[in-house]
Amino acid sequence: MSAAPRSAPPPSPAHTATSRFEGGFEGRGLICIRSERIVFAHLDLALSAGEALLLLGPNGSGKSSLLRLMAGLLRPAGGKLAWHDGPVADEPERHRARTRYVGHTDAIKPVLSARENLTFWARVCAGPDDTRADLDTRVAAALDRLTLSHLADVPGRMLSAGQKRRLNLARLLAAPAPLWLMDEPTTALDVGSIAILEEILAEHRARGGMIALSTHQPVTLPEARVLNLDDYAVEQAGAWGLPGNAHPDEEMPV
Amino acid sequence: MIGAVFAVLRRDLRLALRQGADSLMVVAFFVITVALFPFGVGPEITVLERISAGVVWVTALLAAMLSLDRLFQTDYEDGSLDLLTLTPTPTMAIVLGKVAAHWLTTGLPLIVASPVLALLLHMRPEGYGVLLTAMALGTPTLSLIGAVGAALVLGARRGGVLLSLLVLPLYIPVLVFGVSAVDAAVMGLESQAQLMILGAMLLAALVLCPWAASAALRQAVE
Repeated sequence: MSAAPRSAPPPSPAHTATSRFEGGFEGRGLICIRSERIVFAHLDLALSAGEALLLLGPNGSGKSSLLRLMAGLLRPAGGKLAWHDGPVADEPERHRARTRYVGHTDAIKPVLSARENLTFWARVCAGPDDTRADLDTRVAAALDRLTLSHLADVPGRMLSAGQKRRLNLARLLAAPAPLWLMDEPTTALDVGSIAILEEILAEHRARGGMIALSTHQPVTLPEARVLNLDDYAVEQAGAWGLPGNAHPDEEMPV
Repeated sequence: MIGAVFAVLRRDLRLALRQGADSLMVVAFFVITVALFPFGVGPEITVLERISAGVVWVTALLAAMLSLDRLFQTDYEDGSLDLLTLTPTPTMAIVLGKVAAHWLTTGLPLIVASPVLALLLHMRPEGYGVLLTAMALGTPTLSLIGAVGAALVLGARRGGVLLSLLVLPLYIPVLVFGVSAVDAAVMGLESQAQLMILGAMLLAALVLCPWAASAALRQAVE
């Protein structure tokens, strides 16, 4: 802190949870190749503050691959991803600070309690000026929002599939970031939880957050852009005869 | 970034403590295997004394290797590894946190157990101090090299066997200098040179291994 007497209090990091996100994210000419099969090619996408992108397409059309590619887990075979202020490839760490990914697995340790699981992710994703008290407040608020408060001290192994999924989603609130990449987030959720998720998604967009979401279940995303992965499929003699799955291990006959 | 490293270290320590069987098994393996040698080669003190340093080191190597598969495997299976490589903290730093936790839960117990086992094998008293120092310098190197191997075999079938084939050859330098330091001390010679080489290997591993392991992890999550 500067020595300036009685300066305005620094913006509380808890603020970041409620302050507006700025900026946009785009991908140009993206190509994804998995085990020598072109999953999609020449795919363009753009998201600006408050927008949502709904990924549609049958199994194996590359929804998961696109989300993993946007997260930075997969490297695109062609094309590039960029934020409004520079390509992702130039500053991958900044990209990771701005992105939260929800995949098929919930990353919950069976021997840690729900709160410990969530606190861990809040800590490793924390910004430089988040204090421990801020993190604890955010974790408690996130648990409360997903109606997990009464399970805070229950070990991960005792949680049901839907509760685990809710705990995974709570991570988005405990460690805020502008871009949410969600791979079938409604899996295992009951109707009530889906309604809560829809509210959270709407609040995130109202704050200027961006969402890319794939789903097979109806999720209300008002005025979302729709991206149909089938439009970017490339006609080719299937290497394995079948339209492959997103994961190479699963499509490789052994 | 430091906060994230400590968060990883703390989480891994907590996981190891709550499922304490893993650490305990590594030490139990170390003790039992060393205890087999007097049965195998006979109880002659001269023979045991002669092989004591080598037996303790080789067994420590094997015990350290046994524990490596859990370093990244569970995180890989439950999706934590995806998320860890997506945190703003550099993956190298996360690897360092995980290796530190691995060393504290396996390397450190091995160091504590080694003098007892040296006693069992009639090691000369002059060797004890050097054995402890050499283990203190050598076991972190084992964890660091092991992390590279553990990251490389993620997703492979029969990863455990592959891991030993990858990692054991790389453990040889640590073994050679670790044993020769103790032997020198037992014979009344200077063992400073060997200890310094072990220290140098630790420093080199500290720089190179997190880098190599993080590259392997990025490959694994792809």
